[in-house]
Amino acid sequence: MCTSFMSELMTATHNFGTAPTRGTSAADTFKAALYLASATINASTTVYSSTGEVTGTNYTAGGVTVTNATPPASTNTSATAGTAYWTASASITYTNVTLSTAFDCVLIYNSTQTNKAVSVHTFGSQTVTAGTFTLTMPSNTTSTALLRLATT
Amino acid sequence: MALVNTTKGEMEESLLEKKTGFVDNDNEYTTWVEYWLDEELVHRSVHVQLKQSAAFAGAEAASFG
Repeated sequence: MCTSFMSELMTATHNFGTAPTRGTSAADTFKAALYLASATINASTTVYSSTGEVTGTNYTAGGVTVTNATPPASTNTSATAGTAYWTASASITYTNVTLSTAFDCVLIYNSTQTNKAVSVHTFGSQTVTAGTFTLTMPSNTTSTALLRLATT
Repeated sequence: MALVNTTKGEMEESLLEKKTGFVDNDNEYTTWVEYWLDEELVHRSVHVQLKQSAAFAGAEAASFG
């Protein structure tokens, strides 16, 4: 598989089926929602849902917008392998919130395309009290980026 | 004079008991800070540093002949 193709998948360049109609070539808006430790959010999740989402002071259902200032990139690692990757370009921050029930994952989803799910990222169970929850992104590299498509 | 946002409004940090902690594993480096007033938790902030995406999906390469 061509590495450039994987990167182009991330920008909706190729269409093998029926694709949503796009009114613009601009990047979509992605959001990040937090989910309770008791929620079932995993690879089978297809769309954002408020079921199991955290609730609390100053937290808005649906979460916050993800900063997306850096387009996807791709790197060949050999003649037959490579990785396409993307990482949000800033930390995801929930400011001055109180989230009293333990939560342990964040769902990244596409709010431009009917809230379709992108990825789920888990961490140790947490609560926040009149404080800030900050999720700092991994380094945007072929081995650590938030989203990676790879051939081996 | 450092002020801390708490469940009781902004309070002078010196009036509160501060507790900190961290978790460091392959998935995350997480730190938290708590402020307590008379054994009541009045502030807790958390910073999670994701080290890598937890759900890496590798794709088998197509044949190159």
